Amino acid sequence: MKYIIAFGAFWIDFIVGDDWRIAVAVVVGLAVTAVLVWTGIPAWWVLPVGIAGYLAVSMTRK
Amino acid sequence: MTTSQIFLVTSTFLACAVEMVEALTIVLATGITRGWRSALIGTLAALATLAVIVAILGPAIALVPIHAMQLVVGTLMLIFGLQWLRKAILRASGRKAMHDEDAIFAAEQAEARKHGRDERAGLDWYSFTICFKGVFLEGLEVAFITITFGAAQQNVGLAAWGATAALIIVLLAGVLLHRPLSRVPENTLKYVVGLLLTSFGTFWAAEGVGVEWPGTDLALLGLLGFYAIVAFVLVRQLRAPQAVRVA
Repeated sequence: MKYIIAFGAFWIDFIVGDDWRIAVAVVVGLAVTAVLVWTGIPAWWVLPVGIAGYLAVSMTRK
Repeated sequence: MTTSQIFLVTSTFLACAVEMVEALTIVLATGITRGWRSALIGTLAALATLAVIVAILGPAIALVPIHAMQLVVGTLMLIFGLQWLRKAILRASGRKAMHDEDAIFAAEQAEARKHGRDERAGLDWYSFTICFKGVFLEGLEVAFITITFGAAQQNVGLAAWGATAALIIVLLAGVLLHRPLSRVPENTLKYVVGLLLTSFGTFWAAEGVGVEWPGTDLALLGLLGFYAIVAFVLVRQLRAPQAVRVA
């Protein structure tokens, strides 16, 4: 069990890195995009605009 | 070559070169300080382990449907890219210390000198494990980048060429110079790789959830330009005195 937890922790650390907020922002941006695509609204602009907004806001942290 | 193929080779080359420079610094610091035999055996053991992982993972990835692949790879790439880009913006604006390969090399050497000699299986165990871990972790990122970049464009071969070119150049430079590659503009490279990964990641992840990009592949150039402008504006803003007061 210890090894499974360590294995999972390694991959989470590898993928999410040292700032979990980035992963959350990306998932939220994609979810909003998917919903708009599903409703038939052109959604190509959502992710780039969301990412740019997130980057700007995240600069208040080091 | 199409736009996305040029992007593929360039981003694989640059991303892999950055990771390889970091691995090289660890191996050089350990090898020069504590001797080469155990350091090189640790490096080769890590490379062999990576080869097994790639041999298993590579063919398995080809079985995943392309849209699912684009979504997963794009999402991961976007997460990696944003981490790199955010740090690169903070470094370029002076808000975060620059990545200094010379300083890291000196710190690795100081750490290597502190440890006594623990012989296991005829090896200097400290050198072996430090080089194994360093090369394995950086190499895992190289393997991940190469396989996923290539798979998302159904062209792992082309991505592998980018990675191989990076490996040859970094290895040659390391062998010839025998010191950390501090002249490699690593911070600038990370800035560029962050932009490329973020652009690629946005493109694929959005395609993965069903977005149709205006201009198809050319949208990649639009994304790259857009993120470059955003990053440039953020660096300028963060450098401004009023931004310092706010922080």
